[in-house]
Amino acid sequence: MNLQDVWFILISVLFIGFFFLEGFDFGVGILMPFLGKTDAERRQIINTIGPHWDANEVWLITAGGAVFAAFPHWYATLFSGFYLALMVILLALIARGVAFEFRSKDENPTWRRTWDWAIFIGSLLPAVLFGVAFGAFIEGVPIDQDKHFVGNFFDLISPYTLICGLAALAIFALHGSIFLALKTEGAVREKAERAAQVLWVPALIISVVLAIANYAYIDIFEKVGVNPGVMPVASAAALLATVYFVRSRQFGWSFVAMGATIVLSLITYFWFLYPNVLVSSLDEAYNLTVHNSSSSQYTLQVMTVVALIFVPVVLFYQGWSYWAFRKRVRADGHLEY
Amino acid sequence: MDALDLARLQFAATTVYHFFFVPLTLGLAILLAIMQTAYWRTNNPLYRRMAQFWGKLFVINFAMGVVTGIVQEFQFGMNWSEYSRFMGDIFGAPLAIEALVAFFLESTFLGVWIFGWDRLPKGVHLFSIWMVALGANISALWILIANSFMQQPVGYVLRGGRAEMDSFWELITNPNIAVQYPHVIASGITTAGFFVLGISAWHLLRKTEHHEFFAHSARMAAVYATIGVVAVTLVGHSQAQHMVETQPMKMAAAEGLFESEDPAGLSLLTIGDWEQRREVFSIRIPGALSFLSYNRFEGEVRGIHDLQAEYEATYGEGQNYIPPVAFTYWNFRAMVGAGLLMLALALYALVQVLRDRLPQQRRFLRLLVYAIALPYIANTAGWFMTEVGRQPWIVFGLQRVEDAVSPNVTTEMVALSLVLFVLLYGVLMAADVYLLAKFGRLGPTEAIPAAEPVAA
Repeated sequence: MNLQDVWFILISVLFIGFFFLEGFDFGVGILMPFLGKTDAERRQIINTIGPHWDANEVWLITAGGAVFAAFPHWYATLFSGFYLALMVILLALIARGVAFEFRSKDENPTWRRTWDWAIFIGSLLPAVLFGVAFGAFIEGVPIDQDKHFVGNFFDLISPYTLICGLAALAIFALHGSIFLALKTEGAVREKAERAAQVLWVPALIISVVLAIANYAYIDIFEKVGVNPGVMPVASAAALLATVYFVRSRQFGWSFVAMGATIVLSLITYFWFLYPNVLVSSLDEAYNLTVHNSSSSQYTLQVMTVVALIFVPVVLFYQGWSYWAFRKRVRADGHLEY
Repeated sequence: MDALDLARLQFAATTVYHFFFVPLTLGLAILLAIMQTAYWRTNNPLYRRMAQFWGKLFVINFAMGVVTGIVQEFQFGMNWSEYSRFMGDIFGAPLAIEALVAFFLESTFLGVWIFGWDRLPKGVHLFSIWMVALGANISALWILIANSFMQQPVGYVLRGGRAEMDSFWELITNPNIAVQYPHVIASGITTAGFFVLGISAWHLLRKTEHHEFFAHSARMAAVYATIGVVAVTLVGHSQAQHMVETQPMKMAAAEGLFESEDPAGLSLLTIGDWEQRREVFSIRIPGALSFLSYNRFEGEVRGIHDLQAEYEATYGEGQNYIPPVAFTYWNFRAMVGAGLLMLALALYALVQVLRDRLPQQRRFLRLLVYAIALPYIANTAGWFMTEVGRQPWIVFGLQRVEDAVSPNVTTEMVALSLVLFVLLYGVLMAADVYLLAKFGRLGPTEAIPAAEPVAA
């Protein structure tokens, strides 16, 4: 295996980590106005991700940095090409992050309502747009022979990418409701459990639609034939297991199965994408691949050493932080946010 | 204005805005860790209240720094895609390492620290604030390694139409880092010192119930600010010498020095005809610029015209290699002026602390409240000078700014994003200042927990 492949895998891992962790963050933010009817309940909901949202977002920053370091052309074409979509994601993430910190630091109801909107919109928009963007990587956008994006914002929008966006939204909402069912006590816990019993329906439907769309809109059939292989089947099985555990109210297992669904389906995604990192809709020859957009061998070697040392360290202390705050959050307990 | 101008303006606006929050994070994290260490060692609840009160202001400031930092990482690709292609092999690495090594550390442990009061063992909780301080200051190291390459490219080869990393060791031991990193860390310490001094002074003037709390905070901050500002001045001197050596054009612009001089005088006030690029009126301290450059009162400091001729010979005829002179000149003056003022204030505060008379110096305390603005002026002006003084280069000698901009991002797109960023940043700044002022005025409110064992 060459280093380009190693870095494709590492970047996949970073994005998978981001979507697994920030996935329930986004879900929590999206569900907050619906499950939190009183101010105390809203605070309880926000505090479940209070100690973690910031570090979860660092997965995105690290993934972005890793794309820059390992595949500069991917970084340059993607970030300049998806300019307006990324601008919206940035504005949303900025407003949302500040909102967590600022919301409960003032009693004024208008102040709190405003930041609640920032949390809701700031979680909803990135969830959908990340889905759209990842759909566009694989479906293809106009990229010319100089690796330049030559389209506009609307080139990202297609039936396929919209299905991807809705799938991300539905999955993250379900993920968030399961997380809340595990991390809260009292009325919010009951509401979160009931929400999960409803949210599995759209998540399942859109996943089936997405599975069909993969054959209809992108070149999966050419790549793998009718039988997609073990990984997508496993991710489908994990989703069905999630539905089973949610319906039988075993939320610990639901969370495990939901996590497996996200991880396995993203492994499938990156496996289908490889060796491309951005598909050109103009000509296959213009595709950005791990080979034509990477850094030099030397830089990849340096970065590999750094990653091998620090990724395990990060996983260790971030894992520990979840363990340290493993207790359920109560509405009548001490709330920081 | 075309897409290039707007992209520059957007980068300047978002970067300066981001750096309003960064220095306070760098310096205050260390100060909080020191306060909490004092609590851990003495069990004196005063230190606990100090860590909590200043910690609340820290967290409000930190959130702004974090979220505006994401923009920094994204916009190299969004607005400067050709820079990213040309430099990515070198420039991406420190950015990725910064995220992996530093951001995870500071973000994870800040969450642990905010939510860990009375839930975690005291030692673990203390460890977490030290990790925040460490993470923040390591992150500054990696971003400055990246920036140092733009000031003084080292450890690279030009291959296949781009700059490729040739030696990681040379990249991270860039001589520019040795002067730039201590300068930034010391300015962070200074910023935190003056921030704590200013808010403490406000309370001491009002004789609130928290007199002892703020008198003690002010004492600590006076010492801290003095350490910071003395270090910043000394390192600033080395940095100026390094600049004369590696980027003489920036120094010439910062001094408004059109013609080479030996010995060279330090400008106190220069009024230039910036269009014609000549001096109209100037007061200079004879030999002082030579001293600043070489630690002796003679030695030639090259002027703008000679350097332009030299750069034309090296980098190509018919191009302008002169940065905006007036802008660089005045920002250098603003930085040094604010710095010297802070040096005087910090030393005076230190003397009063040693005499144990700081809380009685009412007129001086009033000055300290306004002096909160000084580190922000110096930090901003310093970066303006560093970055604008490097123009027309984005990477000195290797790539010009106009060759670095994204070719496919239109004027309308940048205009739209610029307007939206400015609007959102404006609203957030108002909210941030509102909260800082509110909690700053409120003073320490957390009651000492009943269960807390008080030192016998």
